[in-house]
Amino acid sequence: MDELIRLLSYFVGIAAFLGFNLAYLGWVERKGAGHIQRRNGPKEVGPYGLIQPLADGLKLMSKQLIVPAAADKPLYMAAPILAMVPAVLLFVAIPFGEGIVPRQFDFGLLMIFAFAAFAGLAVLMAGWGSGNKYSLIAGTRVVSQNIAFEIPMLITAITVVMITGTMDLSEIVRHQAGGFWHWNIFPRFDSSLLMPVSFLIFYICSMAETNRAPFDLGEAESELVAGYLTEYGGMGFGIFMMAEYANIVIGCSLTTILFLGGWQCPFGILPGPHWFFIKMYFLIWCFVWMRWTFPRVTLWGLLNLSWKYLIPFSLVNLLLTALFIKVF
Amino acid sequence: MSGYFTNIIDGLKSLAIGLGITNREFLKKPITLQYPHEALKMTPRYRGHIELLKNPETGTHTCISCGMCANGCPSKSITIKSKKVPGVKGKVLTSYILDFTTCSLCGQCVENCKPAAIDFSNAYNLASTRKEDFIFNLLERLHPEGVPEPVVDPELLKKEKEKKAAAAQKAAEKKAAAEKKAAEDAAAEKGGEATAEEKS
Repeated sequence: MDELIRLLSYFVGIAAFLGFNLAYLGWVERKGAGHIQRRNGPKEVGPYGLIQPLADGLKLMSKQLIVPAAADKPLYMAAPILAMVPAVLLFVAIPFGEGIVPRQFDFGLLMIFAFAAFAGLAVLMAGWGSGNKYSLIAGTRVVSQNIAFEIPMLITAITVVMITGTMDLSEIVRHQAGGFWHWNIFPRFDSSLLMPVSFLIFYICSMAETNRAPFDLGEAESELVAGYLTEYGGMGFGIFMMAEYANIVIGCSLTTILFLGGWQCPFGILPGPHWFFIKMYFLIWCFVWMRWTFPRVTLWGLLNLSWKYLIPFSLVNLLLTALFIKVF
Repeated sequence: MSGYFTNIIDGLKSLAIGLGITNREFLKKPITLQYPHEALKMTPRYRGHIELLKNPETGTHTCISCGMCANGCPSKSITIKSKKVPGVKGKVLTSYILDFTTCSLCGQCVENCKPAAIDFSNAYNLASTRKEDFIFNLLERLHPEGVPEPVVDPELLKKEKEKKAAAAQKAAEKKAAAEKKAAEDAAAEKGGEATAEEKS
C-alpha cells in the first residue's frame, strides 16, 4: 500500500513538475530570445505573456494528426512516445533534496545514462519513420552526434564517481556538503585539481546530448527544414519539444548534482530543494543564453570538437584524476 | 598539432566575448514598437492621399473650384462640383470626391493648385476590404461636423442685386423696345399689305 501511494505521488508530482517546467521553459526561452535580440517576446496573452504556453498547448492539441503517405506508420507514431518516456522516467533517480527522491537507486547515475541513450534512438526512429530525406539526414546526424558526445560525458562522469566513490546521486551530493569550496566544480586538493575541466566538458556534452543549439544539428532549420521534426505537426511536434525541455531539465539537474552540490547551500546554511532549483534554473538559463548567442556548428565542426578536443581532454582528465587519487 | 592549445584558448575567449555581448543586449530595453498600440510619427513629407487644407483665418478651405486638379489628374480620380451662391465671390465648392483606388499619388493636383488648397495627408495605414472606403469626400473629411455655409458679403450682395436689377431693367427695356419694334413692324407690314392690295 505504501508502495502504491509512493508510486502515485511520484506520477502526480513528476507530471505536475514536468508540465509546469515544459510549459514555462518554452516561455523563458522565447522571452530570453526576445530580450537578447532586443525584442519583447510573448507579451500579449496575459501579463508578460504568461498564459502564452497554455495558448500554445491548446493550439497544438487541437491540430489534426497527419501521417505522411511515405511514412513508416508504427515508427512514426512511436517516436514521440519513445522520446518522452525516458525523459519522464529519468526523474525517478533525481534527488531534489535530502531524502526527496522518488526512488533510492544505488546506481542512479548509471540508470540515467542508460535511459538517456533512448533519446537518440527516438530521433533516429522519427527520422527514418517520416519517410523524408531531410528527416533521415537529421536522424543520422543525431546518432553520430550522440555517440560522439556520450563518450566524453561518460568519462567525465567517471571522474566524479572516482572522487566520490559511489554512483548513488544522493551520496554524491552528500559528499559535497558544507560550503561551495567542497563542490566538485572547484579544484579539490584532496582528490583532483582538474574538476573545472570536468565540469566544462560535462556541461558542453550535456548541451550536445540534449540537441540544443549550438549543437542542434538534428533540427538545423537553415539546412534541413526542421530536421527530424519536419513531418511532425500538432501534438507529435509538441511532445518532441516537451521531451527536449525535459532532457534539458534532466541534464541540468544532473550537472547540479554532480558538480554544483545538488541541494547543498554555498555557505553551509539552510540546505534544501530550493538551492537545487536555483542552481538548476541558473544552468538552464545558461543553456538559453548560449542558444541565442552562438551560431550552429557544422557537422564536421561538431565531430571535431568531440573527437579532437573533448575526448582527449576527458581521457587525460580521467588519468590525472586517477593519479591524484592514488598519490594523495 | 601546432596551434592546438592556442586554438582552444582563442575559441573560449571568443565564446566568452559573445556571451558578454548578448548579456549586455539582454539588459537593454527592447526597441520593438508595439504597432497597433503605439506608432512612430509619420514624417511631414510623406505623400498620402490628398486632403483639403484648412485656412486658419477663415476656418475653411481655400479652394476656388477652378478644376485644375481634376483636369491635371492623369487617372481622372478627382471630381469637383460647385455652384454659384449670391453674395459670394467666385464659385462655392459643394463636393470634392477623390477616388483613391485609381490615384497613383503623382501629385499633379497638388502642383496644379494655384491657391494651395490641397496637400498630401499623412494617412498611411489605410486598409479595407471594401472599395467604397477609398472614395473620399474631402470636403466632408475637412468638415466632419458639417460643411459651413459660405460667408455672404452684404456689399457684394447689394452690388449683385443692383446689377441684377439693372440687368433686369435693361432686359425689360430691351424687351419693351423689341415689342414696340415688332408692333411697328407688324403695323408697317399691315400698311404694306394694304398698299399692295391697293396696288392690285
